[in-house]
Amino acid sequence: MMISADLSAIFYLVSGVLFILALRGLSSPETSRQGNLFGILGMIIAITVTFLSTGNFSTGFIFVLLFILVGGSIGAFIAYKIPMTAMPELVAGFHSLVGLAAVFVAISAFLNPEAFNLGTQGNIKLGSLIEMSIGAAVGAITFSGSVIAFLKLQGVMSGSPITFKGQHPLNAIILVSIVVLIYLLCSTQSSNLFWLLLGVSFLIGFLLIIPIGGADMPVVISMLNSYSGWAAAGIGFTLENTALIITGALVGSSGAILSYIMCKGMNRSFFNVILGGFGATEDTSSPSIKEQRPVKSGNADDAAFLMKNASSVIIVPGYGMAVAQAQHALREMVDTLKKNDIKVSYAIHPVAGRMPGHMNVLLAEANVPYDEVFELEEINNDFANADVAFVIGANDVTNPVAKTDPQSPIYGMPVLDVEKCKSVLFVKRSLSPGYAGIDNDLFYKENTLMLFADAKKMTEDITKNL
Amino acid sequence: MEIDPLIFRLSIFILSIFIGYYVVWSVTPSLHTPLMSVTNAISSVIIVGAIIAGLSGNADSIFNVSSIFGFLAIALAAINIFGGFLVTQRMLAMYKKKKKDK
Repeated sequence: MMISADLSAIFYLVSGVLFILALRGLSSPETSRQGNLFGILGMIIAITVTFLSTGNFSTGFIFVLLFILVGGSIGAFIAYKIPMTAMPELVAGFHSLVGLAAVFVAISAFLNPEAFNLGTQGNIKLGSLIEMSIGAAVGAITFSGSVIAFLKLQGVMSGSPITFKGQHPLNAIILVSIVVLIYLLCSTQSSNLFWLLLGVSFLIGFLLIIPIGGADMPVVISMLNSYSGWAAAGIGFTLENTALIITGALVGSSGAILSYIMCKGMNRSFFNVILGGFGATEDTSSPSIKEQRPVKSGNADDAAFLMKNASSVIIVPGYGMAVAQAQHALREMVDTLKKNDIKVSYAIHPVAGRMPGHMNVLLAEANVPYDEVFELEEINNDFANADVAFVIGANDVTNPVAKTDPQSPIYGMPVLDVEKCKSVLFVKRSLSPGYAGIDNDLFYKENTLMLFADAKKMTEDITKNL
Repeated sequence: MEIDPLIFRLSIFILSIFIGYYVVWSVTPSLHTPLMSVTNAISSVIIVGAIIAGLSGNADSIFNVSSIFGFLAIALAAINIFGGFLVTQRMLAMYKKKKKDK
């Protein structure tokens, strides 16, 4: 059985629409599960239609199924095994696969253009060749960039920025050379240039991500998400496939919006993040400048006492909570508080964690109802009326300096108004500065009690004392 | 005069960017992680290109350089499709509302 090109184009359009509905579903948790099913349905339609349109059910078809089965089993296995705290690594890893798949499809189309109706080898239609080389280059950048992001998130590679002299000029030269290579490739159809283009693109993906530090990863992951979309769209143009074009555009704009939201959450421009090196100068601010200021520190007993006498508590989680895997212990503490008729809510800063929405997923995993979790703008006015703010694993996003000191590198960044609470409990291992390399004024406030301990252990101890 | 089909594809592309823009802004921030994993899964619809590439060999030689790249791409995209949708499903199942106080 073989269906006509027109009919398959219509089906591809249908699957593109289903993908739009899949994203649309994410506007609220209630509709999100249905949205995901739309996405799955769209994918099934796209794959089935591809089989029907080639009409090739020979031995090759068996192998296609085999490879889908092998890849699918690996994917399913990972999806069930992965801990929620490792979600940023997983997403970075998946991005690299999309990028590599795009590169492979482009290579295949370049070597055998007849199979895709793109002309013959050495004489590929100009338009297709341009689209193909853009798709391949962006795919290659996505791949190597995501691999670096993955290694940094996984901790295999140091999260601190890697910078060297002449980095930016070098990157600029490489980016220009990619454009030149695409131009030359299209005018000569030389396969050597095609391989060179891929090599250079892999290299620049690598070089673009190494100078970016660990806490800027939310931007990097979103950006690579966007790239993977543009790569897919490039291949979609080559294959004249509507589903792929629509999806590529959706994913590309989705990633771009997320990057924008993340940059705004740090009050930094996209270029400032991409050029990297932020936080690398940490060591140059010599500790002698900082005067020794008194800090009030307490133990679990003190914290439990403060919370028991509160009527409302706001929890401010950050990356440290993820590292300490403290989300379950936290929820148990909150359950105990609620039994004592204390009102508890959670305040999430847009860049808390290592990827957009990271904290929300962890809290959901610990069975925290999503209607107790609030975004910065929703909850910031409530701090003034709350009795206790419990800061667990967050730092820079609570620093009042962002509002008061124009000299500070984080000045202007939206922060949670934690200091307006009657009292602040700050769980932290030590007084060391956060990622931005600056001291947090909150530590020295009159109403702040520092709890120096591992986040998980401290939370458990507080629960015992409640 | 005929319009180049490329223009139509370009129109679809541009309009989809706008759809993506509005749809993604309406995604609630608490679901941004599932948004990333699901966009990951759907961008793996690139598997359609991989399938065409994989089937490009003829009956005598299923495996040639071009189809091998196709098969590899199929496996990579399949990891993403299954992994992406399933992990999204797993995450979304965890988002629960507060139980109504009785």
